[in-house]
Amino acid sequence: MPDLDRLFGVHPQALIMRSRRSSVLAANIANVDTPNYKARDIDFKEVMSRQVQPPSIRIERSNPAHIALPSNITTTAALKYRIPQQASLDGNTVESQVEQGQFAENAVRYQASLTFLNGKTRSMLKALSGE
Amino acid sequence: MSLFNIFDISGTAMSAQSLRMNLTASNIANADSVAGDEKSAYKARQPVFSTILEEMGQSEAAGGVRMLAVVESKASHNRRYEPGNPLANDEGYVYDSNVNIIEEMTNMISASRSYQNNVEVINTSKDMLLKTLKLGNG
Repeated sequence: MPDLDRLFGVHPQALIMRSRRSSVLAANIANVDTPNYKARDIDFKEVMSRQVQPPSIRIERSNPAHIALPSNITTTAALKYRIPQQASLDGNTVESQVEQGQFAENAVRYQASLTFLNGKTRSMLKALSGE
Repeated sequence: MSLFNIFDISGTAMSAQSLRMNLTASNIANADSVAGDEKSAYKARQPVFSTILEEMGQSEAAGGVRMLAVVESKASHNRRYEPGNPLANDEGYVYDSNVNIIEEMTNMISASRSYQNNVEVINTSKDMLLKTLKLGNG
Protein backbone atom coordinates (compact mmCIF):
# COMPACT_ATOMS: atom_id res chain seq x y z
CA MET A 1 0.00 0.00 0.00
CA PRO A 2 1.92 3.05 -1.19
CA ASP A 3 -0.27 5.43 0.80
CA LEU A 4 0.51 3.73 4.08
CA ASP A 5 4.20 3.82 3.20
CA ARG A 6 3.91 7.56 2.75
CA LEU A 7 2.07 7.85 6.04
CA PHE A 8 4.92 6.31 8.01
CA GLY A 9 7.51 8.37 6.18
CA VAL A 10 11.15 7.60 6.77
CA HIS A 11 10.67 5.95 10.16
CA PRO A 12 10.44 2.26 9.14
CA GLN A 13 13.79 2.49 7.32
CA ALA A 14 15.19 4.51 10.20
CA LEU A 15 14.23 1.72 12.61
CA ILE A 16 15.99 -0.88 10.47
CA MET A 17 19.14 1.21 10.25
CA ARG A 18 19.05 2.01 13.97
CA SER A 19 18.77 -1.66 14.90
CA ARG A 20 21.67 -2.52 12.53
CA ARG A 21 23.73 0.24 14.01
CA SER A 22 23.02 -0.91 17.54
CA SER A 23 24.27 -4.39 16.69
CA VAL A 24 27.48 -2.93 15.23
CA LEU A 25 27.97 -0.81 18.35
CA ALA A 26 27.22 -3.81 20.58
CA ALA A 27 29.97 -5.71 18.74
CA ASN A 28 32.35 -2.83 19.43
CA ILE A 29 31.51 -2.88 23.12
CA ALA A 30 31.83 -6.69 23.19
CA ASN A 31 35.30 -6.52 21.64
CA VAL A 32 36.66 -3.85 23.95
CA ASP A 33 39.48 -6.18 25.11
CA THR A 34 40.17 -7.98 21.83
CA PRO A 35 43.64 -7.20 20.45
CA ASN A 36 43.71 -5.68 16.94
CA TYR A 37 39.94 -5.22 16.81
CA LYS A 38 38.97 -2.12 14.85
CA ALA A 39 35.83 -0.31 16.00
CA ARG A 40 33.28 0.29 13.26
CA ASP A 41 30.15 2.33 12.84
CA ILE A 42 27.43 2.93 10.29
CA ASP A 43 27.29 6.45 8.86
CA PHE A 44 23.60 6.89 9.56
CA LYS A 45 23.26 10.24 7.83
CA GLU A 46 24.81 9.00 4.61
CA VAL A 47 22.78 5.77 4.50
CA MET A 48 19.52 7.55 5.22
CA SER A 49 20.11 10.27 2.64
CA ARG A 50 20.69 7.55 0.04
CA GLN A 51 17.52 5.90 1.25
CA VAL A 52 15.40 9.02 0.99
CA GLN A 53 16.87 10.18 -2.31
CA PRO A 54 17.89 7.11 -4.28
CA PRO A 55 20.76 7.80 -6.69
CA SER A 56 19.51 9.19 -9.98
CA ILE A 57 22.06 7.16 -11.94
CA ARG A 58 20.49 4.20 -13.66
CA ILE A 59 22.16 1.31 -15.36
CA GLU A 60 20.76 0.12 -18.67
CA ARG A 61 20.36 -3.66 -18.57
CA SER A 62 20.39 -4.76 -22.19
CA ASN A 63 21.41 -8.31 -21.37
CA PRO A 64 19.83 -10.60 -18.71
CA ALA A 65 23.33 -11.41 -17.44
CA HIS A 66 23.88 -7.80 -16.42
CA ILE A 67 23.74 -7.23 -12.71
CA ALA A 68 21.18 -4.73 -11.47
CA LEU A 69 21.97 -2.05 -8.94
CA PRO A 70 20.81 -3.00 -5.46
CA SER A 71 17.33 -1.56 -5.08
CA ASN A 72 17.46 -1.49 -1.33
CA ILE A 73 20.44 0.45 -0.05
CA THR A 74 19.95 -0.69 3.54
CA THR A 75 21.25 -4.16 2.66
CA THR A 76 24.62 -2.68 1.76
CA ALA A 77 25.02 -0.33 4.68
CA ALA A 78 28.32 1.47 4.61
CA LEU A 79 30.41 0.34 7.54
CA LYS A 80 33.24 2.65 8.40
CA TYR A 81 36.18 2.33 10.74
CA ARG A 82 36.29 4.68 13.66
CA ILE A 83 39.34 6.87 14.10
CA PRO A 84 40.44 6.58 17.72
CA GLN A 85 41.17 9.65 19.81
CA GLN A 86 43.98 7.81 21.49
CA ALA A 87 45.42 4.66 19.97
CA SER A 88 46.11 1.74 22.26
CA LEU A 89 49.20 -0.47 22.15
CA ASP A 90 47.38 -3.72 21.34
CA GLY A 91 45.90 -2.31 18.11
CA ASN A 92 42.38 -2.11 19.50
CA THR A 93 40.54 1.07 18.51
CA VAL A 94 37.46 0.66 20.72
CA GLU A 95 36.96 3.52 23.12
CA SER A 96 34.49 2.37 25.69
CA GLN A 97 33.10 5.81 26.54
CA VAL A 98 32.57 6.74 22.89
CA GLU A 99 30.82 3.46 22.14
CA GLN A 100 28.61 3.71 25.21
CA GLY A 101 27.63 7.25 24.30
CA GLN A 102 26.85 6.30 20.71
CA PHE A 103 24.91 3.23 21.80
CA ALA A 104 22.77 5.25 24.21
CA GLU A 105 22.15 7.92 21.58
CA ASN A 106 21.20 5.28 19.04
CA ALA A 107 18.79 3.63 21.48
CA VAL A 108 17.07 6.92 22.26
CA ARG A 109 16.70 7.75 18.57
CA TYR A 110 15.33 4.28 17.91
CA GLN A 111 12.68 4.89 20.55
CA ALA A 112 11.96 8.32 19.07
CA SER A 113 11.20 6.68 15.72
CA LEU A 114 8.99 4.16 17.54
CA THR A 115 7.11 7.00 19.23
CA PHE A 116 6.55 8.71 15.88
CA LEU A 117 5.25 5.47 14.37
CA ASN A 118 2.93 4.95 17.33
CA GLY A 119 1.58 8.47 16.93
CA LYS A 120 0.96 7.92 13.21
CA THR A 121 -0.92 4.65 13.81
CA ARG A 122 -2.95 6.26 16.57
CA SER A 123 -4.02 9.16 14.37
CA MET A 124 -4.82 6.75 11.53
CA LEU A 125 -6.97 4.60 13.83
CA LYS A 126 -8.71 7.70 15.09
CA ALA A 127 -9.49 8.75 11.52
CA LEU A 128 -10.77 5.25 10.74
CA SER A 129 -13.04 5.02 13.76
CA GLY A 130 -14.64 8.33 12.75
CA GLU A 131 -15.75 9.41 16.18
CA MET B 1 16.38 -8.83 13.03
CA SER B 2 19.62 -7.26 14.15
CA LEU B 3 18.45 -6.56 17.66
CA PHE B 4 18.39 -10.29 18.36
CA ASN B 5 22.04 -10.55 17.26
CA ILE B 6 22.96 -8.32 20.16
CA PHE B 7 22.05 -11.05 22.64
CA ASP B 8 24.54 -13.38 20.94
CA ILE B 9 27.25 -10.76 20.61
CA SER B 10 27.02 -9.47 24.17
CA GLY B 11 26.48 -13.00 25.49
CA THR B 12 29.77 -14.22 24.02
CA ALA B 13 31.49 -11.14 25.44
CA MET B 14 30.04 -11.83 28.89
CA SER B 15 31.18 -15.44 28.85
CA ALA B 16 34.66 -14.39 27.65
CA GLN B 17 34.91 -11.80 30.42
CA SER B 18 33.76 -14.27 33.06
CA LEU B 19 36.39 -16.77 31.89
CA ARG B 20 38.92 -13.98 32.26
CA MET B 21 37.66 -13.38 35.80
CA ASN B 22 38.08 -17.11 36.51
CA LEU B 23 41.70 -16.98 35.37
CA THR B 24 42.31 -13.89 37.49
CA ALA B 25 40.77 -15.63 40.51
CA SER B 26 42.99 -18.65 39.91
CA ASN B 27 46.06 -16.40 39.62
CA ILE B 28 45.28 -14.49 42.79
CA ALA B 29 44.50 -17.69 44.69
CA ASN B 30 47.83 -19.18 43.66
CA ALA B 31 49.89 -16.05 44.19
CA ASP B 32 51.56 -17.56 47.25
CA SER B 33 51.90 -21.12 45.97
CA VAL B 34 55.46 -22.43 46.00
CA ALA B 35 57.16 -25.29 44.22
CA GLY B 36 60.49 -27.10 44.38
CA ASP B 37 61.63 -26.15 40.88
CA GLU B 38 61.04 -23.37 38.40
CA LYS B 39 59.22 -25.57 35.90
CA SER B 40 56.45 -26.70 38.25
CA ALA B 41 56.01 -23.31 39.98
CA TYR B 42 52.65 -21.67 39.28
CA LYS B 43 52.64 -19.42 36.23
CA ALA B 44 50.13 -16.58 35.84
CA ARG B 45 47.58 -17.30 33.13
CA GLN B 46 46.10 -14.74 30.79
CA PRO B 47 43.37 -15.12 28.17
CA VAL B 48 43.76 -14.15 24.52
CA PHE B 49 40.54 -12.80 23.01
CA SER B 50 39.62 -12.82 19.36
CA THR B 51 36.61 -11.71 17.35
CA ILE B 52 34.22 -14.30 15.94
CA LEU B 53 34.23 -13.51 12.24
CA GLU B 54 31.92 -16.25 11.02
CA GLU B 55 29.24 -13.89 9.73
CA MET B 56 31.62 -11.63 7.83
CA GLY B 57 29.55 -12.06 4.65
CA GLN B 58 26.75 -9.96 6.12
CA SER B 59 26.94 -6.24 5.63
CA GLU B 60 26.95 -5.55 9.33
CA ALA B 61 29.51 -8.30 10.00
CA ALA B 62 29.16 -7.83 13.71
CA GLY B 63 30.91 -10.49 15.69
CA GLY B 64 31.12 -11.64 19.26
CA VAL B 65 34.20 -12.59 21.24
CA ARG B 66 35.79 -15.92 21.95
CA MET B 67 38.77 -16.98 23.97
CA LEU B 68 41.43 -18.06 21.51
CA ALA B 69 43.97 -19.38 23.99
CA VAL B 70 45.27 -19.14 27.50
CA VAL B 71 48.90 -18.08 27.69
CA GLU B 72 51.21 -18.54 30.65
CA SER B 73 53.29 -15.65 31.87
CA LYS B 74 57.01 -15.89 31.04
CA ALA B 75 58.06 -13.69 33.96
CA SER B 76 60.88 -15.03 36.09
CA HIS B 77 60.18 -16.77 39.40
CA ASN B 78 61.45 -15.52 42.68
CA ARG B 79 63.69 -18.02 44.53
CA ARG B 80 63.66 -18.15 48.31
CA TYR B 81 65.86 -20.04 50.75
CA GLU B 82 63.52 -22.07 52.95
CA PRO B 83 65.18 -25.32 53.97
CA GLY B 84 62.35 -26.15 56.37
CA ASN B 85 59.72 -26.20 53.63
CA PRO B 86 58.75 -29.75 52.61
CA LEU B 87 58.62 -28.57 48.95
CA ALA B 88 62.19 -27.21 49.01
CA ASN B 89 64.71 -28.73 46.61
CA ASP B 90 68.01 -30.37 47.59
CA GLU B 91 69.67 -27.00 48.04
CA GLY B 92 66.83 -25.74 50.26
CA TYR B 93 65.22 -23.33 47.81
CA VAL B 94 61.53 -22.89 46.93
CA TYR B 95 60.19 -21.05 43.87
CA ASP B 96 57.35 -18.56 44.16
CA SER B 97 54.66 -18.15 41.52
CA ASN B 98 55.21 -15.35 39.01
CA VAL B 99 51.79 -13.76 39.64
CA ASN B 100 51.82 -9.98 39.80
CA ILE B 101 49.03 -9.11 42.21
CA ILE B 102 48.70 -5.50 41.02
CA GLU B 103 48.33 -6.66 37.43
CA GLU B 104 45.71 -9.18 38.49
CA MET B 105 43.69 -6.63 40.44
CA THR B 106 43.58 -4.21 37.51
CA ASN B 107 42.65 -7.10 35.23
CA MET B 108 39.83 -8.02 37.55
CA ILE B 109 38.46 -4.46 37.58
CA SER B 110 38.71 -4.22 33.79
CA ALA B 111 36.94 -7.56 33.31
CA SER B 112 34.10 -6.70 35.68
CA ARG B 113 33.59 -3.28 34.04
CA SER B 114 33.47 -4.84 30.57
CA TYR B 115 31.02 -7.44 31.84
CA GLN B 116 28.77 -4.72 33.26
CA ASN B 117 28.91 -2.80 29.97
CA ASN B 118 27.66 -5.85 28.10
CA VAL B 119 24.86 -6.39 30.61
CA GLU B 120 23.78 -2.79 30.02
CA VAL B 121 23.83 -3.32 26.26
CA ILE B 122 21.61 -6.39 26.62
CA ASN B 123 19.20 -4.55 28.91
CA THR B 124 18.89 -1.61 26.52
CA SER B 125 18.35 -3.91 23.53
CA LYS B 126 15.74 -5.85 25.47
CA ASP B 127 13.87 -2.62 26.22
CA MET B 128 14.06 -1.63 22.55
CA LEU B 129 12.69 -5.01 21.47
CA LEU B 130 9.85 -4.96 23.98
CA LYS B 131 8.87 -1.45 22.92
CA THR B 132 8.95 -2.56 19.28
CA LEU B 133 6.61 -5.43 20.10
CA LYS B 134 4.13 -2.95 21.52
CA LEU B 135 4.26 -0.87 18.33
CA GLY B 136 0.80 0.07 17.12
CA ASN B 137 -0.94 -0.70 20.39
CA GLY B 138 -1.53 2.98 20.95
